[in-house]
Amino acid sequence: MRQYAGFGTAEETNERYQYLLNNGTMGLSVAFDLPTQIGYDSDDALSEGEVGKVGVAIDTLADMEILFDSIPLDKVSTSMTINAPSMVLLAMYIAVAEKQGVSAEKLKGTIQNDILKEYVARGTYIFPPKPSMRLITDIFKYCKDNVPYWNTISISGYHIREAGSDAAQEVAFTLADGIAYVQAAIDSGLDVDSFAARLSFFFNAHNGFFEEIAKYRAARRMWAKIMKERFGAKKQKSMMLRFHTQTGGSTLTAQQPENNIVRVALQALSAVLGGTQSLHTNSKDEALALPTEDSVRVALRTQQIIAEESNVTDTVDPLGGSFYIEKLTNEIEKRAMDYIKKIDDMGGAPQAIENGYIQQEIQKAAYDYQKSIESKENIVVGVNKHQIDERPPENLLKVDMSVQERQLKKLKKVKDERDNDKVKAALKTLKEKAQTDENLFPYVLDAVKTYASLGEICNTLREIFGEYNQKIF
Amino acid sequence: MAGKIRVLIAKPGLDGHDRGAKVVAQALKDAGMEVIYTGLRQTPEQIVNAAIQEDVSFIGMSILSGAHNTLFPKVMKLLKENDCDNIKVFGGGVIPADDIPFLKENGVMEVFGPGTPLTEVVKFVKENA
Repeated sequence: MRQYAGFGTAEETNERYQYLLNNGTMGLSVAFDLPTQIGYDSDDALSEGEVGKVGVAIDTLADMEILFDSIPLDKVSTSMTINAPSMVLLAMYIAVAEKQGVSAEKLKGTIQNDILKEYVARGTYIFPPKPSMRLITDIFKYCKDNVPYWNTISISGYHIREAGSDAAQEVAFTLADGIAYVQAAIDSGLDVDSFAARLSFFFNAHNGFFEEIAKYRAARRMWAKIMKERFGAKKQKSMMLRFHTQTGGSTLTAQQPENNIVRVALQALSAVLGGTQSLHTNSKDEALALPTEDSVRVALRTQQIIAEESNVTDTVDPLGGSFYIEKLTNEIEKRAMDYIKKIDDMGGAPQAIENGYIQQEIQKAAYDYQKSIESKENIVVGVNKHQIDERPPENLLKVDMSVQERQLKKLKKVKDERDNDKVKAALKTLKEKAQTDENLFPYVLDAVKTYASLGEICNTLREIFGEYNQKIF
Repeated sequence: MAGKIRVLIAKPGLDGHDRGAKVVAQALKDAGMEVIYTGLRQTPEQIVNAAIQEDVSFIGMSILSGAHNTLFPKVMKLLKENDCDNIKVFGGGVIPADDIPFLKENGVMEVFGPGTPLTEVVKFVKENA
């Protein structure tokens, strides 16, 4: 049970974490605001209006220290939804742990670190694909030796599905991305069995109950084959697909939001029956705003009812052998393998993305799905059937504008009080090393310890790596 | 016969959720309009410049990050400053009902919430063209 949360400043988010931990959540899942995800400081012109809105604002190590204040990092595991600047945020986390007296070898958690799906679905890219892939393999290498329990990537189909793909495409494009990461790591000199067990996956739980169960089963089977046959993995752990699931945000309706509780329960059950290792259940009001504390509690209780009351977790793969589930599993595997073959023929996922192929497939599926709702071929209760007249919902969570002001003050204070000569020196070294093949992780870690900001570090790398420009297809 | 209706679909701010923007763009195209989609992370300045250059009569903005109260009024202000307040602006995304009156006061003609049928957006543009 791991609930994604974060908003406003580090102080407010820390309070929400304490609340979740006191209510039985087992791991933290950090939502960062968009400027943080794209490597801009809160005082950047592009950050205006976005600070603290969809997650917590992190500018420097000082914010990270507040975020995890009184939370023992050797006891919790922490998942961070961060991609393009994931090296910087993980370095900050390691630095906070050090200050708590917890060594990096003890840290447990996950960084999303899956840049390929950012180009096709989620949109928080910074650098072009090539240097981005280098940062990812640098992280793999550094963590293998220094942060051995860290899941260094969460290869994500969740956002691909949210962007409009269907179930088989979700599996196909996610595993195609996974293949690209494994190949990049092998090409950089890593032995497949030395890192494969640290790969984790992240899927969506959508509305089609049986199809979703079959989807998880197909993905597991395919990944085992890919690791064994394609990459020659020897260890069993390298072939295991471990995954986190989140119920599908885009399935939530703004109409009759209470209905979302039932939707989420069914989706969550499909993920559990499909064998997910961890789960996030969405809150009923998320089609409208960030969730309130009350609706977050219902979402967490939904998981607890499944886990503790329903006994569905008594056995592994309880639907294995069902003729219908097996048939659906085979069908999804076949469709997904056909896609992967097509992508291989193009030269792999990065090239297929460059060509716009994956984006166009997703766009087309999204449009077809929307049309199927309007023609009532697909039913969305409360939206195209069983509608009622209703008043707009009240008591939505609002992140007030003072967050930006408070965050700017904090950032200014840190910039005034830190040793700016040290910051400059660390950034200069980072810039030099970015032009070599050396692993950048230690230099980023040095920089965050001087309280160099996320924006300063990312801008230093932007100077060398350049920025990705989205193509419109 | 009048020319095709020209619409700019824009993504202001930093959020990467462009499913809605792209679906609406496609629906307007299918309804016979000329649609230009800006892509992600557009500043209000870029949006207004694109609208002027492309000579559109509508701007549709999609935002799901919660920054609408900052970014929509900024676009409206820039349109006025550039004597382009004849361009009609509509919006969509995750925008709480409470915020809609404020956006309309600032000149946004219509705000479409989650679950809005595409036909409704198409109808709005055609009726106001």
